[in-house]
Amino acid sequence: MATKKFMYVNRKAPYGTVYALESLEVVLIGAAFEQDVSVAFMDDGVYQLVKGQKTDGIGMKNFSPTYAALGDYEVTKIYVDKDSMKERNLSLDDLQHLVWEDEDEDYAEKNSIKLVSRDELAKILDEQDVLLNF
Amino acid sequence: MSMLHLVNKSPFEKNSLKVAISCALNKSAILMIEDGVYGAVSDAKHSDMVKTAMNKSDFYVLKEDTQARGIDESKIIDGIQLVDYAGFVELSTKYDKIQSWV
Repeated sequence: MATKKFMYVNRKAPYGTVYALESLEVVLIGAAFEQDVSVAFMDDGVYQLVKGQKTDGIGMKNFSPTYAALGDYEVTKIYVDKDSMKERNLSLDDLQHLVWEDEDEDYAEKNSIKLVSRDELAKILDEQDVLLNF
Repeated sequence: MSMLHLVNKSPFEKNSLKVAISCALNKSAILMIEDGVYGAVSDAKHSDMVKTAMNKSDFYVLKEDTQARGIDESKIIDGIQLVDYAGFVELSTKYDKIQSWV
């Protein structure tokens, strides 16, 4: 089977709706099929990656630690829209530090998150074979 | 009559916060819950709108929802009061009516 480029586009905040959790589950399932997977976070989707989430008070599952597993599933390309971050007063330091291990370079730890401009994101979207939106 | 305005949607996704502010008269209060708590963050797109509205209305934000979303107290606009669920209940009884901008 030929490998296709799959991109998951996330535009919703994590707990107000179920989109973010559903997306994460589909990304992990999709990753098992050895496709070329990348994930984008834009608009309120950038809130999904904010670190320090504590959900005890609202009685919902805190699924944010699961993003750290993406690297182990070889999901190594995580694009975060710079403009969306800026208008929410967020910087890279506010997000989880997500990494993957490059087996071609003696398992060197590399950053998964890449901040991109809207123009860069548009080009990346254009390169994909399949787009899945959440 | 006094009114408590509830906002549970992100200000980036819906205009609920803006509409709540526009309909809030004196003696009213605005309580941000669920994704509405993103409206309480300082130096973000809607912060100036909220700060101006604070001259007229009292602003509250539900602590449990800020914690769930990783919003540190230091990032919340000065003057917005954090309340817990018990505080939410108290506010609900203090005002004559609740308008929920779903």
